[in-house]
Amino acid sequence: MIKKFKNIKGGVTLPHKKGTSEIPTEKFPIPKLVEIPMQQHIGACCEVLVNKGDYVYVGQVLGDTEKFVSAPIHSSVSGKVTQIKDITLYNGAKSVSIVIETDGNQNLLPGISKPDIATKEKFLKAVRSSGLTGLGGAGFPAHIKLDTKEKIPEALIVNAVECEPYITCDYRAIIEEGNEIVKGVKLILEKLSIPKAYIALEDNKPEAFNLLKELVKQDARIEVVMLATKYPQGAEKMLIYALTGREVPMNGLPIDIGVVVMNVTSVLALFKYCETGIPLVSRRLTVDGSGVMEKGNYHVVFGTYIKDIFEYCQGDYQKTLKVLCGGPMMGITAESYESPMIKQNNAFLFMTQEDLDFIEETACIRCGRCIDACPMGLMPLTLNKYALAKMTEELQKYNIMNCIECGSCSYVCPAKRHLVQSFRLGKELLKKAKVKNG
Amino acid sequence: MDKLIVSSSPHIKAKSTTARIMLDVIIALMPTAILSIYYFSYVAALIIVTSVSSCVLFEYLFNLITKKKHSETDLSCVVTGLILALNMPPLKSSIILSIIGAFIAIVVIKMLFGGIGQNIFNPAASARLFLTASFSSLMTVYVAPLTDGVTAATPLAISEGEALPSYLDLFLGKTAGSLGETAAVTLIAGGIYLIIRKVISWEIPVTYIATVALLSLLFGQDPLYCILAGGLMIGSIYMATDYTTSPMTTKGKLIFAAGLGIMTASIRRFGSNTEGVAYSLIFMNALVPLIDKFTAVKTFGRVKKK
Repeated sequence: MIKKFKNIKGGVTLPHKKGTSEIPTEKFPIPKLVEIPMQQHIGACCEVLVNKGDYVYVGQVLGDTEKFVSAPIHSSVSGKVTQIKDITLYNGAKSVSIVIETDGNQNLLPGISKPDIATKEKFLKAVRSSGLTGLGGAGFPAHIKLDTKEKIPEALIVNAVECEPYITCDYRAIIEEGNEIVKGVKLILEKLSIPKAYIALEDNKPEAFNLLKELVKQDARIEVVMLATKYPQGAEKMLIYALTGREVPMNGLPIDIGVVVMNVTSVLALFKYCETGIPLVSRRLTVDGSGVMEKGNYHVVFGTYIKDIFEYCQGDYQKTLKVLCGGPMMGITAESYESPMIKQNNAFLFMTQEDLDFIEETACIRCGRCIDACPMGLMPLTLNKYALAKMTEELQKYNIMNCIECGSCSYVCPAKRHLVQSFRLGKELLKKAKVKNG
Repeated sequence: MDKLIVSSSPHIKAKSTTARIMLDVIIALMPTAILSIYYFSYVAALIIVTSVSSCVLFEYLFNLITKKKHSETDLSCVVTGLILALNMPPLKSSIILSIIGAFIAIVVIKMLFGGIGQNIFNPAASARLFLTASFSSLMTVYVAPLTDGVTAATPLAISEGEALPSYLDLFLGKTAGSLGETAAVTLIAGGIYLIIRKVISWEIPVTYIATVALLSLLFGQDPLYCILAGGLMIGSIYMATDYTTSPMTTKGKLIFAAGLGIMTASIRRFGSNTEGVAYSLIFMNALVPLIDKFTAVKTFGRVKKK
């Protein structure tokens, strides 16, 4: 099913700036206080299952919900619940959060054991219990993605592309825990009876490629594929297209064209859960940007405040202008250092003047570079015009909802138009117009 | 602390700016401008200086009077001025006419339509046509290069039976014509520079020139002579590729350029004018919105319903 010339349409070439790639992951100390929000995934917010004053263990369920698209949230530390309060997350999601004063012992919930994954149903149940959501950044609950119902995927695509500049946590995961990743891939193939797996990465990570290649040598089902480096190849739809030439239909899912895509760190987390029974309570996180001295990858428990990470990495409050949750192309800016880290955070970038581009917007000169850069086959300059004029019918006609907000158009625009920003606005306008018109 | 900037992604941008693109076009046109001064001496220099400075001045004044943000720094008015100058015949009268041309190009054609990115017609081509229509006797008299103003017919206007200039003379621009339309060599060199710098893509110039060559062959003319003579080189490389007045998509650009080629070759062959580049440009400019509409790119994941 793999095509010969593996490439995406459009896209841009970015400076890599992956300066942390050769620094071994360090264990981040357990902070005194953690704050765990009840919304760490796409879907329904979890209901709080503990009370103020309760003692909680590592791996204890703090929140869950019956609603379909959701995943349970576990305590990442042992300690006392001191506060249950409202929080607005960096991405604008409003939810409740649980503040825990840690005791530093990291006592594991008594009775935790390896989950029963004998059948497909039990496996999918275990995936849900692990609290796993897409760790590549989207935060989509993993058990829903893997539950393809009666359709058996033709292939599992493991996304190790990591196409955003700066971010190296997936790369470090491969270098440090490649063996576990490959075991995880095999586990998923077996449990879901998928015949084939492709682990995809870009040619700026040759060490990881060679290592994985060596590890899967014995297994004909798994193929490691090297792609030319191009942004945004790590976006799910782009990656599938680059590998197979198949296009995920608009408003469709990868399974509609026979594939399931999983981030490499997600595969690792799933495997670890199946081995130990300890749910997802921590992850590898890239810390970079000129605002911090101690750049690198850290293993951080969820709920750790950005502030603690920033200070531990010797951050400079004077110099730092933006805190990016994610990469410089798609990352969301945190409003304050008081925001806690959640499952889908793969990087915190503390950006100073020298890392960022602040250039004034000028008139569109119709050069068409945005059209050439758009991997989704959209006309950004046209959409920009209609979004600013709030013309929702035209936005619909020019498929604004198909925009993945990868930022390629804004990146290449010589007039420095705020294209993506206007599309976010346009999408909201269109949604509202649709609600209004039924 | 805690004074963090909240803004929409992406947080990094490519280095290219509008001014840098325009600067590249200016750089690409420099050899042609210098060559025109060599061939036509101080008259050419004065035309260029007058045309460029009036374009900048008119844009500055327009912005000042209409209280708009100053756009002169994007250098696009300098490009317009330069191209307009290269479209003028090397006569002393062109110094004055270029001021009128600059007014038409900048104020009437560009700024009144909303400034950069908004105008429908190519400013320099429009100005040239306006001047030709209004001052036809001054706009169609050409002098031979490296002479002291000896009038001569342009290569496309030489009547039958008279000696035609050699390919080499055409290539080097040693023929009568407006300042910049004569020297294919410097125009092509500049064009290659622009393609390498990714300011323009090959589609428009190559398709335009190839269409003219093909059609002139069909019309029983000498294709090489037809593409080297007249305003085709400057028109196809520098004027037809104007972002604002050409289609946005690759497919659109091909259609646009083929249309230009057909128009130009037909006007030259069948029309009463010897030159057809500017007319073709204006005509095809008007079709750009239509071409854009029919060549809109296909969205990813749009599958045919079974």
